[in-house]
Amino acid sequence: MNEQIPPRNAAPGLEPETVISVRDLRVQFGDREVLHGIDLDVGRGETLVILGGSGSGKSTLLRVLVGLQEPSGGHIHIRDVDLCRATPAELAAYRKTLGISFQGGALFNSMTVAENVALPLREHTSLEESTIQIMVRLKLEEVGLAGFEDYFPSQLSGGMRKRAAVARALAMDPEILFFDEPSAGLDPIIAAGIDQLILRLKEAFHMTVIVVTHELASAFLIADRMVLIEKGNIIASGPPAEFQASTHPRVRQFLDRVAEPEIEDELDYLQLLTETLGAGRRPRGSKVR
Amino acid sequence: MELTVRIGRATLAGLAYLGGLARLGLRAAYYAFVAPFRGKPMRFQRAVHQSMAVGVEALPILSLISFFIGVILALQGAYELRKFGALNYVSSAVAISMTRELGPLITAIVVIGRSGSAFAAEIGTMKVTEEIDALETMALDPVQFLVMPKFLAMALMLPCLTTWADSMGVFGGALFGVAGAGFTFRGYLLSTFDALQLRDITTGLIKSIVFGGTITAVGCYEGFRTGAGPEQVGRSTTSAVVASIFLVIAVDLVFTAMFYVLGRG
Repeated sequence: MNEQIPPRNAAPGLEPETVISVRDLRVQFGDREVLHGIDLDVGRGETLVILGGSGSGKSTLLRVLVGLQEPSGGHIHIRDVDLCRATPAELAAYRKTLGISFQGGALFNSMTVAENVALPLREHTSLEESTIQIMVRLKLEEVGLAGFEDYFPSQLSGGMRKRAAVARALAMDPEILFFDEPSAGLDPIIAAGIDQLILRLKEAFHMTVIVVTHELASAFLIADRMVLIEKGNIIASGPPAEFQASTHPRVRQFLDRVAEPEIEDELDYLQLLTETLGAGRRPRGSKVR
Repeated sequence: MELTVRIGRATLAGLAYLGGLARLGLRAAYYAFVAPFRGKPMRFQRAVHQSMAVGVEALPILSLISFFIGVILALQGAYELRKFGALNYVSSAVAISMTRELGPLITAIVVIGRSGSAFAAEIGTMKVTEEIDALETMALDPVQFLVMPKFLAMALMLPCLTTWADSMGVFGGALFGVAGAGFTFRGYLLSTFDALQLRDITTGLIKSIVFGGTITAVGCYEGFRTGAGPEQVGRSTTSAVVASIFLVIAVDLVFTAMFYVLGRG
């Protein structure tokens, strides 16, 4: 299935194809900078997978791209708007063109599946109720949840919740579709089903899809291009085949799932602990002076 | 030095908290009273739904509590009044303390326990499960979508609940009046109406509206402040209740003093 779509190359030479262009993006939490000058281009119709370990900054990057986190510097150009300097109206207009499937689904628990999918349509369009009902049914069929309209999210399994969330993300026919850890917390079979769904959507609607994940199998299946983020920097970028053949030591470590060497020196360990707990604070019970 | 630094920090944190509450309250008020005239939806249905939860469903427990408070007030009042042979003043003592002070306060405390904590838990859970993020990325303002209906419901329901609590308190007083002070039921009510002035009731109702705003602002603000992880929801709920009780009593003091100075008291 994957082979039918030629991987797109979003190199600077293909500028007109670019939907999202990120330049020198920086994000700071207090004194700590978590993204150090990210440069990234996403082409139209491309499926970009952002890989990275826990705490690498990949989720922060996603949050910035959808306007949930304010960057401390840089530019994000989407069409003619710079997201970093967008007015509330421009931000709202941008958000109406994107769909997001959150890690846990983030369905509204007080609403049925159908009401969840219908919510953006009811809020942002003046469509007739009957038209909305038809659209909701179509979107649910698209993700294989036809017949579950009147279920509440709590009555669905994890995989079904994620599918319902995708249906809601599709409601407004978005130009860009974001996935945050699409296979987190799902068994391999259900996770594979979600991968197939992403591939099908990509083929059917030619959407730009941005996926944040650390699942390698899933990433290699769906990606046209991958980037690996580590400690707030993009350390590698390229199509899956190129990635697979990479000799970059950190890329190899990530792909071959090599554990970090164990820390043997007690002082190193304490220092690491101190850094994790916050600067200047020593772990409780530490005897190091 | 250490102490002054701490006092300064605590004061700043307190002021920032109040500022946050005020901003949330003002935004909700904007969406409730200004935005509908600019073509934004009013979310009337959600407000009705909230009113049911905040108001109607609180009636049984509120009735019982204010009835008991009425009886207690009558008993305590009679203890002192009996010495002067003035037992027939029990009805006015109950009526005035209920309408001016205890009706609004008891109502507020019951509503804090039932709804203020629920607001914090609801919004806190939505924060943890990324539902708040989902709303924002759908270009829906959580304040307009979640907070505004709660504000409307509270502003509408607290005066109603307070009026109800006032009358249940009077009935509680009447129980003692009839059983222990030689009143007839009709006589007790008549003497209550004689003692009460309209401003006793209105000052209580004005306070109750402000209490409603305070409870909603604190509950929702604590919900939005919820950090990552489900255990944070419990923390938010607890601080919502503690902060609401404190602020309601502080607001009560300010308004009572204000009514007193304005000569309306």
